[in-house]
Amino acid sequence: MCNQTVGLVAGAVESAGIPTVTIQLLKSIAEKVRPPRALWVPFAHGYPLEAPLEPEKQKRVMRAALELAHAKGEAPLLVDYAG
Amino acid sequence: MATTSELSLSVRLFLKTYRFRTNDPVPFVALDKPLSECKVGLISSAGFVPPGIEPFDESVRGGDSSWRAVPADTDPAELADCHRSESFDHSAMEKDPDLAFPLTRIQELVAEGFIGSTTKNFVSIMGSITATGPLIKKTAPEVGQFFKDEGADLVLLVPV
Repeated sequence: MCNQTVGLVAGAVESAGIPTVTIQLLKSIAEKVRPPRALWVPFAHGYPLEAPLEPEKQKRVMRAALELAHAKGEAPLLVDYAG
Repeated sequence: MATTSELSLSVRLFLKTYRFRTNDPVPFVALDKPLSECKVGLISSAGFVPPGIEPFDESVRGGDSSWRAVPADTDPAELADCHRSESFDHSAMEKDPDLAFPLTRIQELVAEGFIGSTTKNFVSIMGSITATGPLIKKTAPEVGQFFKDEGADLVLLVPV
């Protein structure tokens, strides 16, 4: 349900005029909820930034998500995390 | 990889008939400046609450859809896990809250010059919400206005 919740909040933030990027753990739910820009990450529930106590891995995911803000394409944009 | 097959049987049966809500139409705002000049906001649905702030209410039917402002300079070690879901392993984010609410990591991205700055406050919600009416009608618009008032250029959302 977390994936739906952040996807819906992303829509409202974007409706307020602010671009959003959303991390998603379940691609099937991202496709249903349709946040404006989403990075699908292949990690387990509870591990959205890959691993605990791994700052570089965590920042790599965050950078990839934030870079989506300039990605070309039509909304909703759903991109796989390349690692 | 997260899949629905790792969830409990009762959750899987619930999801089978659950009607997910959709952003329709999908709102889309272009970002008109480089990331290195952006003030970035952060939303985590991990249900973390800092000291002195009312915890999320696990007993609310359909999920507690309220939200909490969290100062950006909060020490992650002080966050309390108030997420009610038993569908994920809490141990990793309890060991390292940055895993799901990257308060330290986002400041490191500022220090690296990858982003310009952060908003003064971030937002914590508890993602385990099945009754989405109050979330859509009240919480989500309030959070949008909150980040507008914070002067955010971009917001990153992290589920758990």
